[in-house]
This record gives sequence, structure tokens and C-alpha cells, in this order.
Amino acid sequence: MNAPNKSGWKPEMTIDTDGFHGGPATTTGNRALMLEEPLLFEIGRADVTGVDLPPVDANAPTRLGGLARSEAIGLVGLTEPETVRHYTRLSRQNYGIDLGFFPLGSCTMKHNPRLNEKMARLPGFADIHPLAPQSSVQGALEVVHQLGHWLCTLTGMPAVAMSPKAGAHGELCGILAIRAAHEARGDAREVVLVPESAHGTNPATAAFAGYRVEDIPATPEGRVDVAALKARLGPDVAGVMITNPNTCGLFEKDFREIADAVHAAGGYVYCDGANFNAIVGKVRPGDLGVDAMHINLHKTFSTPHGGGGPGSGPVVLSEALAPYAPLPFIRQGETGEFYLVEEENTEERGPSFGRMTAFHGQMGMFTRALTYILSHGADGLKQVAEDAVLNANYILRSMEDILHAPFAASGPCMHEALFGDKDFTNGLSTLDVAKGLIDEGYHPMTVYFPLVVHGAMLVEPTETESKAAIDQFITAFRSVATRALEGDEGLKAAPYYSPRRRLDETGAARKPKLAYEG
Amino acid sequence: MRYLPLTDTDRQAMLATIGAATIDDLFIDVPEVARLDGPIHGLPMHASEMAVERHMKALAAKNMAAGDVPFFLGAGAYRHHVPASVDTIIQRGEFLTAYTPYQPEIAQGTLQMLFEFQTQVARLYGCAVANASLYDGSTACWEAVAMATRVTKRKRAVLSGALHPHYAQVVKTMAHFTGDTIADALPAITAEPDLDGLIARIDEETACVVVQYPDILGRISDLAPVAEAAHAKGALLVVVNTEPVALGAIKSPGEMGADIVVGEGQSLGVGLQFGGPYLGLFAVRDPKHVRQMPGRLCGETTDAEGKRAFVLTLSTREQHIRREKATSNICTNSGLCALAFTVHMTLLGERGLRELAAENHRLACLAADRLARVPGVEVLNTAFFNEFTVMLGGKPARAIVRDLADRGVLAGVSLGRLYPGVAALEHALLVAVTETTTEEDIEHLARELEASIKESAQ
Repeated sequence: MNAPNKSGWKPEMTIDTDGFHGGPATTTGNRALMLEEPLLFEIGRADVTGVDLPPVDANAPTRLGGLARSEAIGLVGLTEPETVRHYTRLSRQNYGIDLGFFPLGSCTMKHNPRLNEKMARLPGFADIHPLAPQSSVQGALEVVHQLGHWLCTLTGMPAVAMSPKAGAHGELCGILAIRAAHEARGDAREVVLVPESAHGTNPATAAFAGYRVEDIPATPEGRVDVAALKARLGPDVAGVMITNPNTCGLFEKDFREIADAVHAAGGYVYCDGANFNAIVGKVRPGDLGVDAMHINLHKTFSTPHGGGGPGSGPVVLSEALAPYAPLPFIRQGETGEFYLVEEENTEERGPSFGRMTAFHGQMGMFTRALTYILSHGADGLKQVAEDAVLNANYILRSMEDILHAPFAASGPCMHEALFGDKDFTNGLSTLDVAKGLIDEGYHPMTVYFPLVVHGAMLVEPTETESKAAIDQFITAFRSVATRALEGDEGLKAAPYYSPRRRLDETGAARKPKLAYEG
Repeated sequence: MRYLPLTDTDRQAMLATIGAATIDDLFIDVPEVARLDGPIHGLPMHASEMAVERHMKALAAKNMAAGDVPFFLGAGAYRHHVPASVDTIIQRGEFLTAYTPYQPEIAQGTLQMLFEFQTQVARLYGCAVANASLYDGSTACWEAVAMATRVTKRKRAVLSGALHPHYAQVVKTMAHFTGDTIADALPAITAEPDLDGLIARIDEETACVVVQYPDILGRISDLAPVAEAAHAKGALLVVVNTEPVALGAIKSPGEMGADIVVGEGQSLGVGLQFGGPYLGLFAVRDPKHVRQMPGRLCGETTDAEGKRAFVLTLSTREQHIRREKATSNICTNSGLCALAFTVHMTLLGERGLRELAAENHRLACLAADRLARVPGVEVLNTAFFNEFTVMLGGKPARAIVRDLADRGVLAGVSLGRLYPGVAALEHALLVAVTETTTEEDIEHLARELEASIKESAQ
């Protein structure tokens, strides 16, 4: 793999006209530890494999119904040393929490404890089949049961549906439960109200579940406009979906009042629990009148994000919605044994709205989340929320003198601090600040979300950063923000030091190339 | 607490900077009634790594791990050997602790991996384009039906009776809320699936026909006639595959004319994990359907210096841009499972996958022949890959499976569990055999099955 790379990085292009890298171009395109890596299909071979298996006996009898594959699949293989090197080199072009501060707002990029990984790999959890006889998987059912108990207790809710596979799937679960509850009493409501600051998944979920979505405006303080919401309630409104703490980083202080009004109008309250990390162990959403809330185990409970999943999105449910929870779910019998309520348990399944996924949910994430929860305990989880909120407020107050913080006057923020691009000059944008932070060695914050703030920058430090790490970030953030405020042209071409410079995203969408051709 | 770096001194200093006296001053927006006065009651306090490990290991020990016993379960989740390097690669922090690659300049590792993954899946399925993964096979199956309704602007889906019943349940659950009509059926206990019957159910209102390949009973049949019949009525053919290893031995769905191919990718790299997380695969044969696809897509482009680079693309289909008009509400997918799949597939390559498939089939043929010699047992299938159905001569399969578990053999999946209350199916047992099965395991199963059937007769 020391041959000149095939990645398209032509060494002559890298003669550093910008003067940032210094030094001459290299023959390979590599720069010491910064190693280029070709595509698998450029280095793999059809007749090479990294797994030792018996060779195919072309004369062996088969019972493939005359459908034996005659054409080549078009795959290529690598031996183990080549495979390990290919992916190790690729990994080094990635930013992860293990490398540094990752303040991606609303995503809760906290440290992923390695004990979680170790426990999830115990053969008693990792190597059991979802349809194994239930007597042979009592420990697994107990994990789901114990985690469910913690989630119910932490949220103050009576029931939980464990099977949803991610946050958006959990939203769907909650909304379907709401719809099933309305249908059960013959109430055909059509509208779900969603604040304009909501995650895109909220309106997409409501629409996917067959509802019409209507926006609810925000107040200048960054909270749901309670008057506007109340005015819109009526017999056609099935429910509301509200994120709390909200995506502006604020606690919806009128949540209880909203919930009471929605209930009085015959609707249900869905709470997007993406930001539960701010209040875990401090506030129970059940005390605020919530009917359904998903919990992203990959946010609050530290299961790894894995480059975009897998997530896990259990949904806690109120008494009113619990009977409609999806199959399967776990119950404990009188003699202590655990069992699954599946399609067959016609009496126990009650009015369940059906099944959302083939099996029981993200078991691999349940073991990790339970490990994390037991590690922290009730006292540790409360400290999690407090430190997460403390860190965010510290950043808010350390930046507001130079950077527009639209809701700083609304009081303390919760676990994320929101800024806008209001005072940037010379055409500089939030995107430029994000890319400038990349050069400083940080993963950028969430940008251009929520939509209610122009050029939004949503910073979520989480509780797993030291004060020193946060102080260093503040110094870097202030420096980059100052460049944007002062109109530093150089920022428009950032990042300079990352494995790739800014990408041609328009070109990628105009002529999509979505698979290797060759 | 070992995961919390702030010291009390730090906390005091930070509160001072903020201008707050106590931490509770930062929670003043929480209404008084909802504020807890201390740690939530009734839950244990924090615990050491050692104590937590002890607790979790005790729970794990209550389960019968597949690797410890003769094991023959399948029905949508298969036990394969995962090479050691797969797990070490997915545990690299740069992959494990990264997020969805929204900042492509510092996420090329994930993005290039996804581009390679998409290529592997597309080729395996005989399709043009695959996405960057969905949650699992069953949710991918619903997404395919939803996509077919968008493409054809029709609202009726015909499900083959031999589609995994849990997949059919997921589709029916969702369709109830979207107002789509689902025509489903039960599988008929026949050596070959009734494709003519399926074809007869396709009409002018049909958006798609959904067929599993190999099907829930392990049968394999040529789907080209179904594709032809569907296309003649303006409908799409959706093919569902729950065992990707099979496609190392048999024709791809795309080759037979499938328009959308979806499946479960768990067999490669991911492991059993009691049902999740798994890996939803989703591909289309015709590139013109790309803009109706759900989920993330990774595409090739260049950076400002002209270097090849990869980026998430066509995101105008997605919820974070299109909100209620998105093609799906999916956000998080199964990125790390996709990595495990693609690493395993890279280790196998064309040659390894074909060898793996051949070995699965060889052992499955051995098992079928051996079980056919057990008195009272009949093998249903004429064709199969690594899973087949056996009829237990009038014995209820669920009871036999439970009895065999007590004898230390995980014998298979009873159709009675999958189709509760359907008398015609309760005597059938699905038996899956992979490269992890030994000839001794097969012998062990045959002997214990024979004993169990005999004893249940008494």
C-alpha cells in the first residue's frame, strides 16, 4: 500500500499555495501520519479472501432449485492484514469523542464508557437468538425489564415500550399510540401541532403516521407561544409534540399548563426526549403531564453513536396510552419468570397497536445503557444533569459578550447554549465558523438548527468534559468567532488542515455517484 | 464518579463565572412542583466498575448462549462466525464514537466506508444503488412498501404468504395508520411456494408485491415470473432477503427483476444480539428511483483541492431538510452495524462469500438428510439454502422445541411461535444450519429430536 495512491489526490495539487502546510509535495500523497487510502474496490481482488474456508466443490450436489448463481457478484476481498490496515487508515480520517470535544447540540456526544462495550459482548447477551425458547433467555428478558424499570422511575411514567430502534422510531411509536387511543374511542382527529423549533423528525413522524402537521410559533424568549398553542387547540387536534428542554436550550416552564390545556381539549402530549440529559435525575417528565416520551439511549445513556447509529428509542407512556404499546413487551409472572407478550397472548396484548420491528428492540444497546445507569446510580445521574447544565451555562456566559446569544436574557440555559450569526461581517457565516473550529481541532457544534435563530450555532458540551477542556474550547471558539465578526476572509476557505477541504456538495447531488463503478 | 471530570472546586469557579450561587439557580425555570429534592427515591446509588460487572455477568449467566449448545435457530436471524478483526475495527474510537457524518471534512472514514458498503450491498442484491442502512430488515420492508406507494401512486400492497410474519406485522401495523391496503396470507405447507396464487392476487391497484427469498420456510424459487406479472400490472416487485449469505450461492433478486430489494444484514459481522441492533439493507435496481429512497445516501464528490471525497447527498429527501414532506422520518440508522457488515464482507470477498455459502449449503443438505431419517420427521422443501422446514409427524413443534432446550439443544424455530393459533402450521419446525454447525451438532439434534418425539408419543 506504499504505491502512489489511487484516491485521486494528485501530489502536484498539494504544493501549498496557501502556505499553511509548508514542505514539498510527497510522491505518495501521504503526509507522514496523514495517510491516504484508496477505495476497497481499487485494492481488493476477487480471488483473495481473509477467511479460511473449504474451497467450493463444483461437483457437490446442491438443492438450490436451479437458481445457483452463475454471474460474478462483483465483490473483492482483502486478507486480514490488508483489511485491518484499510479500516485503520480510514478511521484516522474521522473525528470521534475519543479524540476530542464534540459539542454537537441536541446530539449529546458524551464519553462512551468502555465497560458498556465489554458487558454487551458477554456471550450470554451477544450470542443469544431473539426467538430462543424464553426459558433459555431469562437473563436477557430481565435486562430489558430492569432497564425499563429505571426508565419509568427516572421519568415518573407508569409504562415503557422498549422495541423502538432509534429516536425517530420512538417518536413514531408515541404518535401511533396517540392515534390508536383516539381511534379506540372513535375520535378521528387529523392534526398534530409541532413548534417551529422542533427537530425535523417530529413533523416527518407525524406526517408518516398520517397526520397533518401545523406549526406553533415561538416567543421572542425562545419558548413555545402558549397563547397561540391554546388558541389552536380544538376537536381536530390529536396532540402536540414538544421538545423539553427545547431546542433553543431552554426549559419549557409552562409545560404543565400546556399539557393541561391539551388534555382538556381531548389531545395528548408527546415530549421529544432528545434533551433528557439536561434533566435526568432532576426532573421527572411524568410530573409535567407528558403522555409519551422517547428516550435516546444513545444520547442520555451513553450508548455509542457509531457514525450514525445504531440508536435505541424506548418510549415511556402514561396510563392513558400504555394499553396501546407495541408488541412485543415483557411481563413478569407470579413465580418471578419473565415472558414476552407477543401476537399470541390475545388477552394480555389488549389493544396494542401492533408491531414496529421484527424482534424485541436494541438488546445490544439495552445492556450498554443498563451498565451505564448502574454505574451512575440515582446520585450519579443527577450529577450528570447538573454538570451538563453547568458546562453549557459556563460556555454561554463566556461567549455572550462577543457572540449574539438570542436567548441569553431569558435566563439560564439547560444543557446547550445557542448562538446566532447576527454580527458577522464581510459575508462570513456560521458555516465558516464551524469549519474554522475544525482547524482548531474541534468537531463543530450543530449549525443552522434550530431554524428559529438565524445562522444558529447550538453548543452542547455534555458532562464528560473537564473544565480545562472547556476553557480551551472557549478560547478557540472566541478566536474563530472574532475572526467572523471582524470579517477575516481566510475563514471562508477553512478548513485547511483536515483530511479534506470543503466539498462540492452541489455537484454530489446534481450528478449522484452512489456506488463504485469499475 | 469515574465518568465526571469536574471537581467541586471547578464547579464553584464555574458557578462564579456564570453568576449563580448554586447549581439549582440554573434550574429555576423548572416549576417548583416538578423539582426533585435529591436523588430519585427507590433507585440504587452509583457503583464501581467491578460491582456493575458482577451484576451484569450474573444476568448474562442466566442465558443459554448459542455457542455453548447445538444451535439451529434462524427465521430472520442467523449465527455465523464473525472474524476477530471485525470487532477490533468497530471498536476503534474514531468509528465507535463518531456521529452521523454531517461535517464531511472530518468524517471521510465513515463516509468512504459507507460508499464501499453501498457498493457491496448493491452488487450483492443485483441493484444499482443501496442506501447507507436502515434499522433492520423488517423496518426496511415497510419502507420499501411506502416507497412503492410513492413511486406508483397506488395504495395497495400484496404480501406473499411466505413473508416473515413479523415483517408482515410491521407492514400491516404501519399501513393501518397510513391508510394503505395490505393483502396478506398465511404460508401454505407445500414443498414449493404457490407463485401462481401470488401472481393472481396482483391487480391494477397494486403498488407492489412483496416476496421473501429464500422464504420463511426456507424455500427458493425463481421470481422472474412474479416480476413480469407485477410489471405487467404497473406494480413493483419488492424482494426481501433475511440471509445475505444465501446470495453467495443463488441468483440475486435484481437479476430476477426485483425493483426494490431489502433485507436483514445481521448475518455478516453483526451477530445475534437477541434481535438488535441489526442492519436494514435497502437497494433499488433502477437508478431513476433513487430520489424516492428513504434514509441516508453517501455519494462521491471532490473537495476544494480536487481530491476525491465522499459526502451525504440527496438530503432534500430527508426529514432534517424536508420535515413533513420527507420520504421517511428516519434519522439515526445502523452505521456501526454497516461497518461490521462491510468489514466482514471485505474479509470474505467474492471468493470467501461463495465458499461460505457453499459450506452453509453443504451442511444444511447433510442436516436435512439426517433429520429425514428420524422416524416421523419429513423434510418439506425440495429447494433450500441453509434453512429448511421439517414436519414433525403431528407433534406440536413448540413443545418439542422447549423439550429440546431442556435437553440442551436449541433445535430451531417452531412455526407455532411465529403463527400462534394457526393449527395447520403448528407441527412445522424451521431448522437453520450454518458454517458454525458441526456434524456432531447435527447428529446430536437428530438423536434428541428422535427421543423427544418418542417420549411425547407416550
